Order: sequence, then C-alpha cells, then structure tokens
Amino acid sequence: MADPIQIELVAADRVVWSGQAREVIARTVEGDLGVLAGHAPLLSLLVPGVVEIYPFEGGDTVFAAVEEGFLSVADNHVSILSEDAFLASEIDAAAVKADLEAAQKDEDGAAVLRAEAKLRLVDKAS
Amino acid sequence: MAASVRELRAKIRSTQATKKITRAMELIAASRIIKAQQRAAAAAPYARELTRAVSAVATFSNVDHPLTTEKENATKAAVLVIASDRGLAGAYSTSVMKEAERLVEKLRGEGKDVDLYLSGRKAEAYYNFRGREFVQSWTGFSDKPEYSHAREIGNTLVRTFNIDETDEEAIDPALAADELHVVFTRFKSMLVQEPDVIRLLPLEVVEGTEAPAADDVLPLYEFEPSAHEVLDALLPKYVHSRIYYCLLQASASELAARQKAMKSATDNAQDLIEKYTRTANQARQAGITQEISEIVGGANALADASAGSE
Repeated sequence: MADPIQIELVAADRVVWSGQAREVIARTVEGDLGVLAGHAPLLSLLVPGVVEIYPFEGGDTVFAAVEEGFLSVADNHVSILSEDAFLASEIDAAAVKADLEAAQKDEDGAAVLRAEAKLRLVDKAS
Repeated sequence: MAASVRELRAKIRSTQATKKITRAMELIAASRIIKAQQRAAAAAPYARELTRAVSAVATFSNVDHPLTTEKENATKAAVLVIASDRGLAGAYSTSVMKEAERLVEKLRGEGKDVDLYLSGRKAEAYYNFRGREFVQSWTGFSDKPEYSHAREIGNTLVRTFNIDETDEEAIDPALAADELHVVFTRFKSMLVQEPDVIRLLPLEVVEGTEAPAADDVLPLYEFEPSAHEVLDALLPKYVHSRIYYCLLQASASELAARQKAMKSATDNAQDLIEKYTRTANQARQAGITQEISEIVGGANALADASAGSE
C-alpha cells in the first residue's frame, strides 16, 4: 500500500478530524477532486459539499459536510479548511430538512446548497 | 448609642451581600477565562493553516489585490475598536478607549479621515455620550465571541476596501477606506493585559510571530482555478480569522480584568466588614459601660438620698 496521507479537516473554531488516510475526495470549484499519496502541491477552493476521507487503517469512511473553504495539498499533507465543518454523525437530519425548506422559501441559493449537501451526507453515512 | 449599633449592623449586612455578589462574579470570570483560553487554542490550527496558505499564494504569485496593495496617499482609515459589553472590569474599557483616541489623533495628524467601527456596548456608550459619530457597531458577544461574529464584522470591513458597483449590498462609497486598524486588548497573562493596535489592511501577510521557519520551504503550489481567484477567496477569510483572534484576545482580557477588579472588590468588602464589626462592637461595649455607670450612679444617688432622709 502507498504511503498514508496526513489529513487535517479544520473548522474556524476547532479541528474536526485529523489522522492518516489512504484517499480523500472533496468537491472544489473545478469539480470533484480525489487526492492520493504523492499528489502534487495544490491549493484549490471548495464549494459547500461533502468531503470523504478513507482512513489508512481501513474502517469506516469518514463523511463530513463543509462550507466554502479551501484545500491545500503538499508533501502528503492535506489541509481542508472551512469556516464551518461537521462530521456526518454530528448532523441532525430533521433540523437540516427544516433549514432546507426555509432556504427554498427564501430562495437563498447558498443555503439550499449547504442544506442539500448535509442531507446527502446523512444519506451516504447511514 | 443603640441606634448607631443598629445602623452599623445594617451596613455590615449589606456589605456582606455585596461581597457575596463580587465573589461570585470573580469565580465566574475565573472559570470563563479558562474556557476563553481553550477557544483561543482551538482556533489556532485554522489560523496557522490559513496563514500558511496565504503566504504560499503571496510568495508564488505576483497578483495585485486591493487588500494587499498599499495606497500611496491614503486619505481614509477605518478603525475597529473592540471593548466590552459590560462594566465591572476595572479600567479595561477605559484603557481601550484611550488607546483608540490616541490612534485616531495620530491618523488625523497624518491627514487621514477616520471611520469608526465599534464592538461592545461600552464602546458604543462612550461615543454616544460624547456625541461623536461612528459608522457601525456590534454588541452582545464581547465575553463569548463566535466565529460568525468575526465573519460579520470582517465582511463589513472588507467591503469598505472593495467598493464594487455590481455588489448588491454595496455600501456608501463615502465609507471606502484605504487602511484598517484594530484596537483591542492583548491577553499577555492573567495579570497583564495591554491595549494594542494592529494594522489589518492592507495586509502584511508575513507576521513576525507566525512566519514559517526558514527550513520550512513552501512547495510550488498549483492554484485552482487561478492564483488570483484563490487569493480573492483566501484574503477575506484571513481577515475574518485575524478579527476572530482579536475578539478572543479581547474576551480573555475582559474576563481577566473583571476577575481582578472583582477580587479587589471582594477584599475591600471584607476590610469594610471588619472595620464595621469593630466599630459596632465598640459602640455596643460603650453602650453597656454607660448603662452600668448609669445604674451604679442611680443606685448611689438613691442610697445617698435614703441615707440622708434617715
């Protein structure tokens, strides 16, 4: 197996997840992006969406919802920064659905995207 | 004499009540400082990674950005003053306001107009009371700032730099600023908090304390979609993160100042109680002595009178 990549998923006020992983997939402004070990240094912008982290030791995939942010890759070290980020296990599906309806009513595009991303995440994780 | 003893007892009781309150506030402040410090520590990784990314873009691309370009003859400066919402924190707010006044004087001396942005009810009250103008104020979170507060403040301030006609929420062009300074209180230790000024914009990305070490060479990044767009997205976030840092420092300082002020208030209350108790005891003793001498005097007088009549 290739070398592990060191992942840090960081929100503005806490570290959401950090550890070693085999692969990480995130949605950037250019489309979905997968990072494996030995990836070239990269700085890219994230759109609100889901980040998937496949832990190095195997085990369950980690799903997280992120807001706008960015991703930087260098030396097998991936930092995912977003002002708000949640793990799937921290999301309350019912509350998000309510948010989504409210956002659709207000035609707040960004909020709709965010809520949809969170719902997709809950579906995936369950 | 008895009346004054009663008065003193009442004073002692009220001082004891005050002491209980100040003691409780002291303990609350003490426990919340620890929380504030934990929040500052939790925010550190984000700030570190963000600084690294911003310096990477700044180092490897020659993109000019309104937020990093120094204007040659700046005529307008925005000043963000971070004070507290509540008093009972000693000289905390006063010293921030003094520092702010000094900065405003200095900027005016350099021929710049100053727009004030305030955080904290005490700052608002200070300028309202003196009838001075400020552009905007935010209140209600000075002892427990959230990232969303920093974002809100940051967005408003960044917008004064990018006056863009297409922006729906564009602000009055008269508010366009060439510089942004932040006045806040730096938390040095539990005993020392110093008011401080930093110039946030135009950005000086490499900051003495957070500069990457010399051997930590930044890799040659690829930027997606482009260096300019990455910078566009990163810089406002960087500003938010710096403001969040200032808010956290200010809240820790406020709590430390409050703890110190409340501790000395508690000590003073204790001193007062002891003084009043002594005075009350003296008064009571004097009353008793007087009663005894009156009784003895009365008895003697009676004895003399009855002896004389016999």
